[in-house]
Amino acid sequence: MQNFLIFAILILGFIITFQIARASEFVSVIRGEEKTRKQTNKINAALLLVFLIVGLFGVYWAHHTLGDKILKLGSSASDHGILVDRMLKYTIITTGLVFFGTQILLFWYSFKYQESDKRTVYYFPHNNKLELLWTVVPAIVLTILIGFGIVYWYRITGAAPENAMQIEVTGSQFKWEFRYPGKDGVFGKKYYKNIDEVHDNPLGQIWEDAANHDDVYVSGQMHLVVGKPVRLIIGAKDVIHSVGLPHFRLKMDAVPGTPTTLWFTPIKTTKDMIKETGNSKFVYELACDQMCGAGHTGMRGEIIVETQEEFDQWMASQKPKYVQMKEAAAPAAPAAGATASKDSTAAPAATDSVKAVTADTATAVKKDSAGKK
Amino acid sequence: MSDTLHIQHGVASHGHSGEPHVHHHKETFISKYIFSMDHKMIAKQFLVTGIIWAIIGGLFSVLFRLQLGFPDQSFPILETFFGRWAEGGKIKPEFYYALTTMHGTVLIFFVLTAGLSGTFANLLIPLQVGARDMASPFMNMLSYWMFFAASIVMLSSLFTQTGPAAGGWTVYPPLSALGLASQGSKSGMDLWIIAMTLFVASQLLGGLNYISTILNMRTKGMSMTRLPLTIWALLFTAILGVLSFPVLLSGLVLLMFDRHLGTSFYLSDIFVAGQALPNEGGSAILYQHLFWFLGHPEVYIIIMPTMGLASEILAINSRKPIFGYMAMIASLMAICVLAFLVWAHHMFVTGMNPFLGSVFVLLTLLIAIPSAIKVFNWITTIWRGNIRFTPGMLFAIGFVSIFISGGLTGIFLGNSTIDIHLHDTMFVIAHFHIVMGVSAFFGMFAGIYHWFPKMFGRYMNNTLGYIHFWVTIVCAYLIFWPMHYQGFAGMPRRYLDKSSWVSFGQFHSLDAMITVVTIIVFAVQLMFVFNYFYSMYKGRRVRTQNPWDATTLEWTTPIHPGHGNWDGEIPEVHRWAYDYGKDGRDFIPQTEPVGENESSH
Repeated sequence: MQNFLIFAILILGFIITFQIARASEFVSVIRGEEKTRKQTNKINAALLLVFLIVGLFGVYWAHHTLGDKILKLGSSASDHGILVDRMLKYTIITTGLVFFGTQILLFWYSFKYQESDKRTVYYFPHNNKLELLWTVVPAIVLTILIGFGIVYWYRITGAAPENAMQIEVTGSQFKWEFRYPGKDGVFGKKYYKNIDEVHDNPLGQIWEDAANHDDVYVSGQMHLVVGKPVRLIIGAKDVIHSVGLPHFRLKMDAVPGTPTTLWFTPIKTTKDMIKETGNSKFVYELACDQMCGAGHTGMRGEIIVETQEEFDQWMASQKPKYVQMKEAAAPAAPAAGATASKDSTAAPAATDSVKAVTADTATAVKKDSAGKK
Repeated sequence: MSDTLHIQHGVASHGHSGEPHVHHHKETFISKYIFSMDHKMIAKQFLVTGIIWAIIGGLFSVLFRLQLGFPDQSFPILETFFGRWAEGGKIKPEFYYALTTMHGTVLIFFVLTAGLSGTFANLLIPLQVGARDMASPFMNMLSYWMFFAASIVMLSSLFTQTGPAAGGWTVYPPLSALGLASQGSKSGMDLWIIAMTLFVASQLLGGLNYISTILNMRTKGMSMTRLPLTIWALLFTAILGVLSFPVLLSGLVLLMFDRHLGTSFYLSDIFVAGQALPNEGGSAILYQHLFWFLGHPEVYIIIMPTMGLASEILAINSRKPIFGYMAMIASLMAICVLAFLVWAHHMFVTGMNPFLGSVFVLLTLLIAIPSAIKVFNWITTIWRGNIRFTPGMLFAIGFVSIFISGGLTGIFLGNSTIDIHLHDTMFVIAHFHIVMGVSAFFGMFAGIYHWFPKMFGRYMNNTLGYIHFWVTIVCAYLIFWPMHYQGFAGMPRRYLDKSSWVSFGQFHSLDAMITVVTIIVFAVQLMFVFNYFYSMYKGRRVRTQNPWDATTLEWTTPIHPGHGNWDGEIPEVHRWAYDYGKDGRDFIPQTEPVGENESSH
């Protein structure tokens, strides 16, 4: 019933508007079309000016009401984010000047040069000086923006420092999983066909590779150390996802079959951010930024940035997936743990040779899986 | 070379026009209205089909805006219409993503490409260059019917059991390649690919026709530099389309292979829905390169025709020549060339080599220069003019305003340092909706109001036109301006409910406001559609041949031109298209020979 009412009102509004519009056409014919045209011309010219003024006020008002709901420029929680914020600031200033300048001219001229019987138009087909001016000036301004942009871009995407902590991030419908290399600092190899969510192998780690034995697996939550560079090695199991880190001002796609990397240094702990934002529930969120299916909206991860001591404490409490898998397999009958028993014999032999190869997990894993074919 | 060609053609057409072309062949209902080879009728067919699609695509946006604006509320009426897709009156995620995907596909391809270039290229090219029809009227007809077939296939995909494509209008694999990963990647996706294949064929048939007509069929005296800017814009648009659509097609064919023939072009190392797929060695990023090689030129395919329309309408209604005609052509050409060299700015965060990324930053931001030239030239065109605010003119001014607003945010996203933060956030939604959605629509509306008298011999209702303009421009800014702020908050696009997020939950009232405004602006567009069809039959009649006092050739044809356009000979052209306000005369038609004492420009 309510829907019907709304619909009826809409139709009614429609008919009334239309009748007025039609009537105005008849009136204009009676009063003389030329006269009416001139009058509407004046009204529209005035409205353009009003639109400019109201619009400019609207820009101010939008900023007034929404300005404190956005990420503050310069409040980035990562070192690279500071560069992004700075670039953003330069760009807002530059484009803001152009925006106000051109919009004001456009609407002001529209109003000022509205049709008038007294005016003769100025025949002005071209002027080389002017055209040169507004080719060269934007070119210079853009060169500056490009210059800053590229310098910052290289700093952000350049090689990670030697001491960077490594974390492997894996996206899949619709969750985030993380792997730490453990004490040896080396990720064990993995192969996607080994993925077995039932038997404690969500990432497809190859248990024959002893470097895997101390790798720590966590789901949903990633721990980082404040002030310590971190290099994320990003992948995906099924479709393309994207590691979106709004507070760190960074983002990198997770592509199945093609590992990507991203590094930065977190500079504020979660506790710092709780204090800064005044929001006791604050937590760094990892948002999937690439449309990945029906559950895309809920593909959320959390990031805890903490001090080295807190991190060490947390890490010590984590049990490597290999150990979990062993424990789960042990009470079962030998037949049930076929993979595990096969693995335990093969592991010692493989250990040394494997460790030597896995310097860079990302490429090594890739090579390995290619070699397996 | 072009000289000899057009002289030859001039001879040929003179021979033709000896006999009264219009009454030469008998037209039946089918040959006149359905399988018509008259470019003007084909233009109307494109426009009407485009309007129908725009209503569908617009309605989709209203539906998903309901979800975005009122995520907690249920709308039982949705269940009445959409059944299990909106159980309990709430839009399901699968439905939401199908709606957004179809909204994008329909509006970008079917409305703003086919509906826009299809309409104005067909209508204006022969009329403004002085030709009796397109180079190949038959191919032209085929172009429309290919588009029609594409429309039917796309429409049918809406009614499949598993729904239409739902992976976003860019249909990135592996999501779009694997039925296991998404419902929308089942039969709906096949139909999407088939529809787009037909669509590409339609675009190529049309585009080749537009190019050959502009190059070869200009009337006597119509040198390239005497062409109105509309024609230049449509020429570059057609070139872009002809060179880039085939690349999309190749990408889609490979996608089809991956879906059904077990190839691994885009698939590698995939474990989905509990099973490991055999595909190894493919690259999902390859598809993105192929897609954006069309995808980026596509946005210029959408915006360039409207730049041409706006240039023309601004000059006519300012009663002043367009400022910097040659610079306008040069900037169109620069945009056309650069359009092919910037596609990877959509891919800064795909793990692409950072050096390559920086090259694309440079090339992308270069496009701002020709765009800036065009904006400054438009503003200078209205400066010291004598402006008549017809609905067409208002929409042209609105076009410039909105193009500025959307163009400037491109400078943010084209810079990889900022893009790494704003990529795939609501900022992107705001940017491209303003710069190529709303501004292209404004250009299109301007064109429709302005050339409606030529299409139907009647005017559209002015009052409704003014209401349409004012409500639309206000609502457009109300909808998209605040979205930038959501982007600055880092809110990702394509999220249908932010309640589980700590960082993105602060825009409830804003989202609701945007939704309400969307409904209002959609209703006003329906009013425009009503005005269009009503005025077709009942509008005020056009009584003079040249209602806008314009210089170009289309206004030298009869009020109701027949197939063949001019009753007698095609007029000869003696001057450029922009002699407004010269030597104290309001305007001098292109057909008037240059007088002895006339000042030169």
